[in-house]
Order: sequence, then structure tokens, then C-alpha cells
Amino acid sequence: MTSSNFSVFWRQTIWLIASLMPALILAVPASSQENTATIIAPDTSSYVLENGLQIVVLPDHRAPVVTHMVWYKVGSADEERGKSGIAHFLEHLMFKGTPSYPDGEFSKIVASLGGQENAFTSTDYTGYFQRVAKEHLPLMMEMESDRMSNLILAPEQVAPELKVVLEERAQRVDSSPGGQLGEEVTATLFPNHPYGTPIIGWEHEIAALTQQDAFDFYNKYYTPNNVVLIVAGDVTGEEVLELARNTYGKVKRRFDVPARRRATDPVIKTAKTVTLIDARVQQPSFQRAYIVPSYSTAKSGEAESLDILINILGRGASSRLYKSAVKSGVANGSGGYYQGSSLDHSRIVFWGTPRGDNKVADVEAILDQEILRIVKDGVTGEEVSRARRKMIASSLYSQDSQESMARTFGVALTSGQTIRDVQHWPEDLGKVTAQMVQDAAIKWLVKTRSVSGYLQPASKSKSAEKEG
Amino acid sequence: MQYNYRPARRDTRILAMKSSKSNFSILAFLLILPLLLISTQLAFSTQIQRVISPGGIEAWLVEEHSIPILTMNFAFRGGSSQEHKDKAGLANVLSAMLDEGAGDIKSQDFLERLEDLSVHFDFSTGKDFFHGEFKTLSANQNEAFDLLALALNQPRFDTEPLERMKSQIVSGLKRNARDPDRIASRLWFENAFSKHPYSQPTKGTESTVSNITARDLRNYRENVFALENLKIAVVGAIDAETLGVALDQIFGKLPGKANLKTIPAADLKISEARHTEFDSPQTVIRFGGRSIDRADNDFVAAYVVNHILGGGSFSSRLYDEVREKRGLAYSIFTHLMTLDSSALYIGGVSTRNETAAEVLSLVKQELTRIANEGPTQQELDETIKYLTGSYALRFDTSDKIAGQLVAIQIEELGIDYINTRNKLVSSVTLEDAKRAAKRVFGDGGLFVATVGPIMN
Repeated sequence: MTSSNFSVFWRQTIWLIASLMPALILAVPASSQENTATIIAPDTSSYVLENGLQIVVLPDHRAPVVTHMVWYKVGSADEERGKSGIAHFLEHLMFKGTPSYPDGEFSKIVASLGGQENAFTSTDYTGYFQRVAKEHLPLMMEMESDRMSNLILAPEQVAPELKVVLEERAQRVDSSPGGQLGEEVTATLFPNHPYGTPIIGWEHEIAALTQQDAFDFYNKYYTPNNVVLIVAGDVTGEEVLELARNTYGKVKRRFDVPARRRATDPVIKTAKTVTLIDARVQQPSFQRAYIVPSYSTAKSGEAESLDILINILGRGASSRLYKSAVKSGVANGSGGYYQGSSLDHSRIVFWGTPRGDNKVADVEAILDQEILRIVKDGVTGEEVSRARRKMIASSLYSQDSQESMARTFGVALTSGQTIRDVQHWPEDLGKVTAQMVQDAAIKWLVKTRSVSGYLQPASKSKSAEKEG
Repeated sequence: MQYNYRPARRDTRILAMKSSKSNFSILAFLLILPLLLISTQLAFSTQIQRVISPGGIEAWLVEEHSIPILTMNFAFRGGSSQEHKDKAGLANVLSAMLDEGAGDIKSQDFLERLEDLSVHFDFSTGKDFFHGEFKTLSANQNEAFDLLALALNQPRFDTEPLERMKSQIVSGLKRNARDPDRIASRLWFENAFSKHPYSQPTKGTESTVSNITARDLRNYRENVFALENLKIAVVGAIDAETLGVALDQIFGKLPGKANLKTIPAADLKISEARHTEFDSPQTVIRFGGRSIDRADNDFVAAYVVNHILGGGSFSSRLYDEVREKRGLAYSIFTHLMTLDSSALYIGGVSTRNETAAEVLSLVKQELTRIANEGPTQQELDETIKYLTGSYALRFDTSDKIAGQLVAIQIEELGIDYINTRNKLVSSVTLEDAKRAAKRVFGDGGLFVATVGPIMN
């Protein structure tokens, strides 16, 4: 036992460091020249079982551990109107048990094996995962495939869990002015599409959810033909395929899943604003969200161009917003991000916090100027190269665990992208030109497609009234 | 954005300071890792090299040549507890200023050079230690070392970046002032530690941060950045000889002796409560009391007991009682925390205002129960199984390995710690656990901080 323990320890240690390496070597050579020929996770294999379950295997043999993830292609945006929060509530209830593993037995077994587990819900996906020593993978697959069709619930389990979810909402959203504003900006940005509904649900609708609602949702979406299974770690594709046939393969295709056609938004023609005035706020701030295409809905090259555009404008100390808003002393902080992975349309968000006596409007004016500058004059080829280099380097640094690799593929494959899209992202970024970046800015950063959100201290407005 | 079934593994915000890095998280990690490494002393120790540079600077190195990156973590004893109370937040300002220009390179150029080379600098401060984390591609190693040496030895502290950083920090403090979790943590520390330096907020206050000058930064750097209180760990593609030269280049010009204030042992207040009124549907509760020192023979047993009470993210007595059975909270937890001049445990939970009193009484009930009865044999066995089985999953980046090796040095546990500590942990008996439970949770004293509407 002792010597093998030692080797387990070191294989683990070395593997985890080394897992970064092949990609890094290729992608960020010493000369800092760009190498866009890098392929992310080139050893990936993929299969489809007869019941329609898709399998993706990301082999890494440097340590005897695996990350086992099941991704259902269903999220909050697939909920029936009026039942907001049901996708997330069902995710919580999935831990309650089956006839074979009742009363939370699944979690107890995972813990007793020294494994870790969790689950998550977003707009387009719901995922469940365990991280365990390799030899426990078959059991994980057996238990996870079991709860795909055999969930049982008792009222005494459901009632407290609904309270837990309401506490979760209170903690994350209702206790935070920023959380509340974010919810309202999103609701305004997507006036008709279900992305406008909070993932966790509106409080009054969560409170009305029932056990039957959970089963209805389960019996509409939880079926092998709606699943992407991802296993990352010390396994081969063939090995996983064999194990999957004996576990997931035995789950019957339960039903056909409805097409993911969500209500669409009209073209927004007015710049909208949402303001939250709250006594708890001491530091005013703003955010501005623009509706833009996602990697799934964009025309070829457009999402990559938006990604590079947001990097040039708002990421890091060399970005235009950092220099013109923060370095100049007008803002304490200002930047932006692009939510690229999304089944339907998505958003680019800018944010800013004024410094000293400056006003939110001063920071906003700089944002408008910088957008206008790109619309009129474009960006340089050097800026495009630098942004691309940074993006490739950071995506590779971030691939330091099985879990993050599995998540990257899971999000992509449940949001309308393909394995090829993930693997060849560096190459696709390499095709973006300065002209494409300018075109993307001209087409998408149009103020009448945006929603601006303002967080304001209540005291300010009071003193303004007095002064007035 | 997404919602998780289980809360984040560690709510580091409970600590309200970056010292969680060294003082809690890594410590927990150290205890969890070694369990399956029984009798691997010799083999493992040979993997960690004790490197002494030509100039006499020591670093622990895990050499891995197939990997063209290099991670270096280091720590100087003397964190925010060294600050005068009127300058609280000084070390935190310093941590923000070390990449804002050094030598002849001004702020913007320095930041852009780091970005272009993909070099990561991350400085932070805790109560007792000032930490540095550094990561580079081996290909850029020489330029990266040059930049680190400049940052540590010749930081510029120019007015423009200093004012920019202070303003950003104050802005962050204002943002935190609307976050009930942070308000609660600060309320707890300020009052439980009373006038002790540990009571001072690590990031300071709006007025103390405004007081801080470039001269203060220079003085702090000169007093704290010294070879005698420096611990270094390196993981990556570098041999001992090359590292030795680099160590002298980076750290060799620092003074040998530090000039640190002595921090008195903290007399943690217990059996008191403080409340801050805050408009929210939930009440945030922080609770804690005295624990035992890291060097205490019962510390490892106390760590296992804490896991059973409230330390596990999968299940714990508090999680079962408050969340699973009653649905009163999304997350609830307890941590052990060892500082140089204090040992404590602290826990946290958020719940509806109407159920705050009920949750607090459940917490007290479980503290009393575990103090009086200890865990069951089954709980102890299951916990040890979990802690042993999951060790490998915790060791997942070169950053963490480097962080662990710095923590072992800080705690003065010895270079073979990983090979010996496991025996202590795996040999915790029910009797040990009961004794530790009584010692930590049995004095009945609890300091409680609550944030929310007035509690009835």
C-alpha cells in the first residue's frame, strides 16, 4: 500500500502541473509570436449510444482520477411560463433518491469514497458531477444513470428543499442591491425571450412550485437522448464507451424532447434604463448591456470578432477603457465582458464606477467616446494580435484541471456549439481582422440595442432634493 | 451565471481578509492531503529539494522539467497586524502597488509588460503574513525574474498610481459596506478581538486608507521585507543551481533582519453579541469562540471534529439540522482558524429574519451536544474516510503545491511534514475526538455578530 500511495501522490501532482503543458508549449512560444494552430484537447473522442446519449471523453492519464459529468440540455430558458425556477428546483430534488439509492444514499456513497460532487443550473443546461478516484467511475455511472429515470420524492423531502431554494435566492439576490439590479437589467434586455427570467426563478413563482411540477419537468426533459456525458481524466474513450453501454445504455429512451425553440425578442429600438436607488448603496455604478449574437447564433467569425473587440475595449491594463477612464482618473474601475456561450442571442456588458467627484455620466461619456472611436477609426492589427495572444494564453492557463476542461466542453455542447468549435477556437480567433472588429462594433454596439442599469445611493437623491 | 446545488466549498468571505489563504485554507489542505501517504517519508522528501542560494537564501523546490512553467510563492511574516491603527490597510495598499511601476519603468508600462509576457503577479496580505504569488512561462523566465526583483526592491510608489489604487480600494470598501456578509465578518472581528491589532480591518477604512502615503509604504516594506522572515517555494522547470542564482537576484538585496512589532496574545472576547441593523430579508449570523493552537497535540483531532460539526461541504451536523431537515438556510459552516497570536473557530449562516433566533439556538444546541458527547464512532470513521479518500482531489495545481510548501515552512512543520502528518490525522481516536471537542466547543463561550433588521 505504501509505495503505491506514494506513486499515486506524485502522479497526481505531476499530472496536474503537466496537464497544462502540451497546449502551452504550442500556444505561447517564447517569441510571443502567435500560434493559432493550437488545438485544445486534441485527444478528445466522442460517441453516441443507441438511446441517443452523447459521450465525450477527455483522456488524461497522468493521475488516477476522473471527473464524471452529466449535462442535460435543459435550463431555465426551457421552463414553462409561470413555473420559473423549476429547472433549478428539480436539480436540488435530484439528490433525494431512487428505489436503489434512497434518502440521499448517492451523496453518502460519494462522500465515503472521498469523492466530491455538486450540480448546477443555468439558462441552457443543468449539470451533475462527481470527482473521484478512477476505480469508482463505474459506480458513479451506475448511480447517475439510475437517477436519470428512477427519481422518487416524498413530500417531507420536497417541502424543506423548497425553503432552501428560497433562502438561496434571498442570500444571492434579495440581500444584494447589485443582484436585484442585475435581475432587472436582464429582464429588460430580454423582454420576451425566457433569458429575461431569472435562472433561480421569481420568488413568488418559486414559492408556488410543487412536487408535481418537478416530476412534470423531469418527465419532459430527463432522458438519455437529451444528455451529454463528459468524462475527463485517467480513462480512454473505449473504456468509457464500454462502461456507458452497461449503465447509461440500459436506460430506455424515455420520450422525444421538444425542440428548443424559445419565444424571440423583438428588435429593440429604444435605449432603455433601469435604476435602483437604495439606501444600502454607497458607491454609485452603472452597467450597459447590448444584445449581441452568441457563438451559436453568430455568422462565421462574428462572435470571435466580438470577443476580440471586448478585449481591446475592456479587459486588462492595456485596454482602451482602462487607459481612458481609469488611468485618467475619472473612474475607479471600468471594463467589459462578453457572454459568448449561449444557445440563443447573448450580451456584451460594460461597467464603470466613478472616482472622486466624477459622476456616473462622466464614465459613461468615456465609454461612448471609446465605442465611437472604434466605430469611426477601427482598431490596429497590433491590438488584435495582442488581444488574441492574451486570450489564448489565459484560456490555456485556465485549463489546469479536469473539471474546467469538462465544463468548457459541457457548456459548449449544451449551448449549440460543437467539439470542433472548442478545439479550434485559437484557429478561429486567428481569422479575425481589424476590419472585422470594427464591423462588429458598428453593427452591434448601437445604443438603441442597449439597456443601462444604474445603482444609486438613496442619500444622494435626498440631498439633491434639499439643494433643489 | 449559474446556481449550484451546494454552496461554495469555502466561504472565504467569513474571514474578511486575505489571511484565509495561509491561515485557514492551506492549513486545512495540509491536514487533508497527507492521510494516504503513510510511510513514504524518504521517497517524498527527496522530491522536495531544499535549495540554498550562493547568497544563503533558502527555498523549497519541486523540480519538474517536462513543464515549461514556473510558479513561485513566498511570504514575509508581518501582515496587517504590523500596521498602526490609523494606517489600517497599509499592507493591502502595498500589495496593490507592487505591480504599479518599479525602477525606471512607470506604472502603465510595467502593467503592460506583465500582460505581454503572460506573467502573473499576485500580492496579498493577511493578519500575520504578506504573500506573493508569481507565475511565468519558463521561456519568459529571465524577464519575469527581472520584473519581480524590481517590484520587490525598487517599487516606485508614484503619486498617480498610489492615488488611483487608494481610490479603488476605498471604492471597494464602499461596495463591501452594502454586503451583509462582509459587514458581519467585520463586526465579529472588530468586537471579538476588541483593541488587539487583529480587530483592525485588513483593508482598512475609508479614513485610514486616505492617510496612507508613499513614505508609509516604504517604511512598511523596509521593516517587513527581510530575509529572516521570508519563506519561498518553487514548483516548475528549473534546476537548483539556476534557482539559486535567481533567488539572489530577486531577494538578495533585502536586509537580513526585519523590524517587526511584537504582537501580544489576543484575549478573544466570548459570551457577547453585537448587532448591526441592515435592511434585508435575511439575517447574517457569525459566531465563534476560542480554539486551540496549531502546535497543540489535540489540534488534528479538533480539525476532524470541526469537519463533523460544520466543516464538511457535503454534510455536517449543522448542515443536516439547519438545511436538510428544516430548510432554514442554503449554507452553514464552521472553520478553525489559527493565527500567530490567537486560535479560534468561527462559523456563519444566513437565514430569514423570522428564523434567525431558531437557527442560532440550533447552532448553540449542536455546539453543546458535540462538546458534551463528541462525535459517534461512525461519524469519525466516515469523516476520516472522506478526508483520506479526497486528498488527491485537493492537490490540483502547481499554485497549490507551492502554497502548501510555503505554509509548511510558515508553520515550521519541517520538510518531511507531508510524510509524517498523515499518521497523526489517521490515528485520531474517538477518545481524542471527544477530548478535542470538549476543549474547543466546551467552554460555552460564543461571540455572536448579527446583521439584519432588529432581532427580537
